[in-house]
Amino acid sequence: MENLSILTRLDYTLMIVAIGAALLGAVSGTLGTYAVLRRQSLLGDAISHAALPGIAIAFLLTGSKTPLILVLGAAIAGWLGTLFILSIVRLTRIKYDSALGIILSTFFGFGLVLHTLIQRTGNANQAGLDTFLFGQAATILESDVLTIGILGGIAIVIMLVFWKELKLLVFDEGFAASLGFPIRALDILLTSLLVIAIVLGLQAVGAVLMSAMLVAPAVAARQWTDKLSVMMLLAAGFGALAGVGGTIISSSASRIPTGPTIVLCATVVVGFSIVLAPNRGLLWNRLRYQRNKRNLKMLGGQLFQSEEQ
Amino acid sequence: MIQEHLDIQLIAIVTAVACALPGVFLVLRRMTLMSDAISHAILPGIVLAFFLTESLSSPLLILAAAATGVLTVVFVELLQRTKLVKEDAAIGLTFPALFSIGVILISRFAGNVHLDMDAVLLGELAYAPLNRLDIFGYDVGPVSVYVMGTILLLNLTFILLFYKELKLATFDASLAATLGFAPTLIHYGLMTLVSVTTVGAFDAVGSILVVALIAGPPATAYLITNRLSLMLTLSAVIGSVNAVSGYWLAYLFDVSIAGAIATMTLLMFGLVFFLVPNRGLIAIARRRTRQKWEFAQTMLVIHLFNHEGLPEAEAESEVAHLHEHLRWDPAFAAQVVKYALNNRCVLQEETQLTLTERGRTVAQQALVQ
Repeated sequence: MENLSILTRLDYTLMIVAIGAALLGAVSGTLGTYAVLRRQSLLGDAISHAALPGIAIAFLLTGSKTPLILVLGAAIAGWLGTLFILSIVRLTRIKYDSALGIILSTFFGFGLVLHTLIQRTGNANQAGLDTFLFGQAATILESDVLTIGILGGIAIVIMLVFWKELKLLVFDEGFAASLGFPIRALDILLTSLLVIAIVLGLQAVGAVLMSAMLVAPAVAARQWTDKLSVMMLLAAGFGALAGVGGTIISSSASRIPTGPTIVLCATVVVGFSIVLAPNRGLLWNRLRYQRNKRNLKMLGGQLFQSEEQ
Repeated sequence: MIQEHLDIQLIAIVTAVACALPGVFLVLRRMTLMSDAISHAILPGIVLAFFLTESLSSPLLILAAAATGVLTVVFVELLQRTKLVKEDAAIGLTFPALFSIGVILISRFAGNVHLDMDAVLLGELAYAPLNRLDIFGYDVGPVSVYVMGTILLLNLTFILLFYKELKLATFDASLAATLGFAPTLIHYGLMTLVSVTTVGAFDAVGSILVVALIAGPPATAYLITNRLSLMLTLSAVIGSVNAVSGYWLAYLFDVSIAGAIATMTLLMFGLVFFLVPNRGLIAIARRRTRQKWEFAQTMLVIHLFNHEGLPEAEAESEVAHLHEHLRWDPAFAAQVVKYALNNRCVLQEETQLTLTERGRTVAQQALVQ
């Protein structure tokens, strides 16, 4: 009976949400691979928080709540925040982590100021901050799925076009620079792609949890392979899996928010990968350690015997 | 009304200083993002403790939530120690997971408890003075002042007592270890302080903006000074200025106080970033321009010096020909001559340039170097 009730709930709305979450997971898993490999896992956190003032300003300027306009505002603010972070690191002795922390929190604070300003001017039906912070996966419509698919697809196509350049940037920046590749332009291109992925996810999982969608699938994928292309495909798969899994679990009981459930699903995939992945995984390491120990003992015994003779 | 103004500003200042002091060490140790992680990850701790105590400012809640914060640090380090995950990714994995658990707990049981999500995440300084501490029937001020005051005192005591150890562990962890100063212990002590401070402050400013208070003033002070003691003092002062100016900004426009304080933190950082002598953006730009002209002037006097008293001198020191000899653009050459004239390194008679005594010394010095 329990199974049947879940099956009957796999209705049209749920399917749309699941498809949206899966697409989102795939796009952020793919692009997050770069962030994780470049040790910029927390850049996503910064971009998603920094997007808030952009949304508020877009609303104040146009007075419209059209998703596309708000998304554009979010993208510009997120992009600007990243540019600030990069400039602070380049021009002062303040390190990456502090620059990230400052921009993330103060941009968000400024967004909060604008948000209260909007509320005060009496737009009562303005979407609450909760939506921005945690997302509302349940409100994903067919048109949103289309937007995610098209914009995410464009981002991935751009990534594929610059595949060789970005790969070089990630693994050996110095070498790339010495070959004459425009490092800063590539850096900004990669960041812009990340911004697209994050802004797309704001509606579904929200600002606070979007960073996890970039990091978790990529970290899980990293454990299974040493090849960039395989890692990226795996990350996309894990991201999509977490998206669908989270959507179905959260719909199976009342009052379980979708965004956090998706994040927890992704975290479970990471835990599973860290323990079980062949070669790198903890379990594998443990077995190898014991095998080595046994072999050494046998070798030691043989040496001992040969000395006695 | 006046009392309320004073109360809120007092709470804001005490919170800002309490956050800025441990923040200095986080900024120097490149661990700012740990505070971001802690501030998010304490959510399940707060929720669980709230189920037990049903109050947002009980000491038990602060302790339970702070314990979650320390647990986060342990988690991140355990993940890192597997060598399968880098530090940034370990942070990026741990806190969203814990935060998600917190959010799910809240929405699952939101009906049974009165816990406002916005209050936890964004804080509301304006309501802080309403919760007052009564001792024997006397109103002795808002509870928040005493909670944050205690935390501030705790931070101050820790830093004063272990100043030497903190300094050593921050700037040279391996030396600290070899001398037996237990940098790991110092590290966990600091992380405990950060957790307690974050939990104490979320009541006033919420968990996201705590990062602005922890990272903002120390980073601003770091642009100004090289001395640890001065950096601590400056951070406290800058934090207070941000808090007070942020309060009045919020009052003026009737907006979120915590948000306005964060906005002032950004403005203050930007201001110092541009204006601070020696390291500021404007100072750097001015130094570069000055160096450019100095260098060009040196080139000019060396050129004149090399040909001084020789038969070709007349042709070589002709103003109109300079750009050919030094491969300068004519407009640039004219500006360099003007610059050198102003500095009294050369004299101009008709179209001929001659070196002054000073110009000769400059050239000689440059050639010796």
